[in-house]
Amino acid sequence: MAGLPLFSILNEDGSCEEAYRGLLTDEEVRQALDAMILNRILDRRLLMLQRQGRLAFWMTSRGEEATILGSAASLLPDDPIFLSYRELGCLLWRRIPLPLIFNQLIGNSRDLCLGRQMPVHYCYKEWAIPSVSSPVGTQLPHACGFGYAAKMRGTGQVALAFCGEGTASEGDFHTALNFAGVFATPTIFVIRNNGYAISTPESSQTAAESLAIRAEGYGMPGFQVDGNDLLAVAKVLGEAVARARSGGGPTLVEAMTYRMGPHSTADDPSAYRSDDEAAEWNRLDPYERLKSHGIWRGVWSEEEEATTRATWDERVVSTLAECERHPPPRIESLFEGVLETVSPQLEAQRDAYLAAHRRRQQDEFEVP
Amino acid sequence: MAETGSLNMIQALGNALDHYLERDETAVVLGEDVGGFGGVFRVTAGLQEKYGSDRVFDTPLAEAGIVGMAIGMGLGGLRPIVEIQFADFIFPAFDQIVNELAKYRYRSGGQYAPRVMIRTPYGGGIRGGHYHSQSPEAYFAHTPGLRVVVPSGPYEAKGLLLGALECADPVIFLEPKRIYRAAKGEIPLDYYTLPLERAQLVRKGEDITLVAWGAMLHTCQEAVALAEGEGYDVELIDLQSIVPYDLHTLVRSVTKTGRMVVVHEAPMTCGFGAELVAAVQAEAFDHLRAPLLRITGFDTPFPYSLEDHYLPSAERILRGLVETIEY
Ligand SMILES: Cc1ncc(C[n+]2csc(CCOP(=O)(O)OP(=O)(O)O)c2C)c(N)n1
Repeated sequence: MAGLPLFSILNEDGSCEEAYRGLLTDEEVRQALDAMILNRILDRRLLMLQRQGRLAFWMTSRGEEATILGSAASLLPDDPIFLSYRELGCLLWRRIPLPLIFNQLIGNSRDLCLGRQMPVHYCYKEWAIPSVSSPVGTQLPHACGFGYAAKMRGTGQVALAFCGEGTASEGDFHTALNFAGVFATPTIFVIRNNGYAISTPESSQTAAESLAIRAEGYGMPGFQVDGNDLLAVAKVLGEAVARARSGGGPTLVEAMTYRMGPHSTADDPSAYRSDDEAAEWNRLDPYERLKSHGIWRGVWSEEEEATTRATWDERVVSTLAECERHPPPRIESLFEGVLETVSPQLEAQRDAYLAAHRRRQQDEFEVP
Repeated sequence: MAETGSLNMIQALGNALDHYLERDETAVVLGEDVGGFGGVFRVTAGLQEKYGSDRVFDTPLAEAGIVGMAIGMGLGGLRPIVEIQFADFIFPAFDQIVNELAKYRYRSGGQYAPRVMIRTPYGGGIRGGHYHSQSPEAYFAHTPGLRVVVPSGPYEAKGLLLGALECADPVIFLEPKRIYRAAKGEIPLDYYTLPLERAQLVRKGEDITLVAWGAMLHTCQEAVALAEGEGYDVELIDLQSIVPYDLHTLVRSVTKTGRMVVVHEAPMTCGFGAELVAAVQAEAFDHLRAPLLRITGFDTPFPYSLEDHYLPSAERILRGLVETIEY
């Protein structure tokens, strides 16, 4: 990581320089700790649910919460966040109601997206979260375009986009950063450098010393930051947001962090990385670091942690049970919203299918 | 008798790659996570250990780069075998495939013809939503200069993959991931190839011709059994090679049965079924006793929660068969 200094704020004992104390209010520190606790509860419980066959899929974010929450905390509520797929923390920071999150994961009739996408492909317009797509990197040019629109329409919004260090190899990454530079859009690109793209280590993605140094080639400032230090992330992002809002254009931030869990429920990290490595990163656990800081500030305690955990544990279980009771989406909804109106071809397909489906249901219920 | 083993499709594909890497020193496997990890579906597991990381390696995460690089490797005398992690993610490489790979031989007057093979898992039925379920065969079938091949079981997967690797043309090899780990097949462990361009007559029948490929073939087999129960005798054909396709086998069958149903997972409009229906009616018009029917996915993106409704089911296929026979 030579070339650029890795910026950290939190000391090992949770203290920081007085000058940095004001980066987050006491309430924000508590909100971040609360969100981290909930994030971890969800990570564990949803992984379990997937193993029990009650959820199709789950992606973990344990270890990366400081990057994710620190970024979200630097924005205003109507600044859009273009998620990659691992940033559950942004939804929690924006306090999107748990049922709405679970309904998406389950794909039931109450899902705002009508059960059309796999788990973790979130979309909440009311909370400025545009739709997540699986092909990695496709959201980066969108964030550039949104920034352009915000600038042209004078809304004052800043667009934030996340991607992983693997995704930074895609063509869309280059295109997005180049366009954002050329059009000086209020867009911030955060690379969560968590060490791996599924099994592929960072060293197989780039021969450069860092990804942040690419910023120069796109004509924008670039920073590397300690991604497990929430204050450091908030500091770098805060400056980037201020610059973007005042017409200063885009910024590239590379947050150095670690994916402590598996890539997804379809993955087994023991096949490609060592326990030692993970233990090394355990020492830099972003929750533990922020917890020490909260205690140092006098706004957090062991008891608070215990009650927060217990409260969320209970609410997660009961809310999940409630959401699992909702039925799947109406079959008709399958045919809606492809275009604004249904094409004649699709209409014919729909009518034929629904008629046959109803006939079959009647047959099933008919007593011979 | 040659030795046989009980292999699922993943193992059969891995076994084929192993044979080919052994046989052809210019062969190189590249893609995302194919090296140490052996691919997310583990098709290439163990190959890097055996053949070294010059010949089996992970690339950066960039599909256009992978295919573009493979084309260059082909121009430079290697035999690249690309894995695209999911067919849904082949689209970043679409330009390299459609405009570059497919046209190289033609546009160079035959001076250059990079031998690039692209393998990729495709299709639905795994609760994958629209980005892990699509069937893109028609996009590639519409591009002159590419072959498109789809195996329907372990035996076919190994034989067709080796057949495709021996072939001088660029091949898009679509692997139906829903049946990757389904039933094992007793298959020869030695090197063998199956001819491309040939459809497989899976079951003889008199009343109607049913055509499918990939995982849909298995759903069709269920439908055939149901139809048999109702007294209908269905002839079932596994198309196997989408481009070029074996029109001869289809026409011969339809000439006999006078009826045809084509089944695929992709949406109906401009799906590959449209091509088959058009070509068969042109050749066998005088023998037809009923309109040719397509049973397909709908003209919607592939859904998540309602995928069982979207995918042609044995029951939907049966209904189509019966309606066509009783037309
Ligand atoms: C275009 C495309 N290619 C491949 C994939 C399969 N895939 C999903 S996630 C992933 C790894 C992404 O790694 P990275 O960008 O580092 O993000 P991380 O998962 O580490 O957060 C891959 C290869 C995909 N989703 N999209």
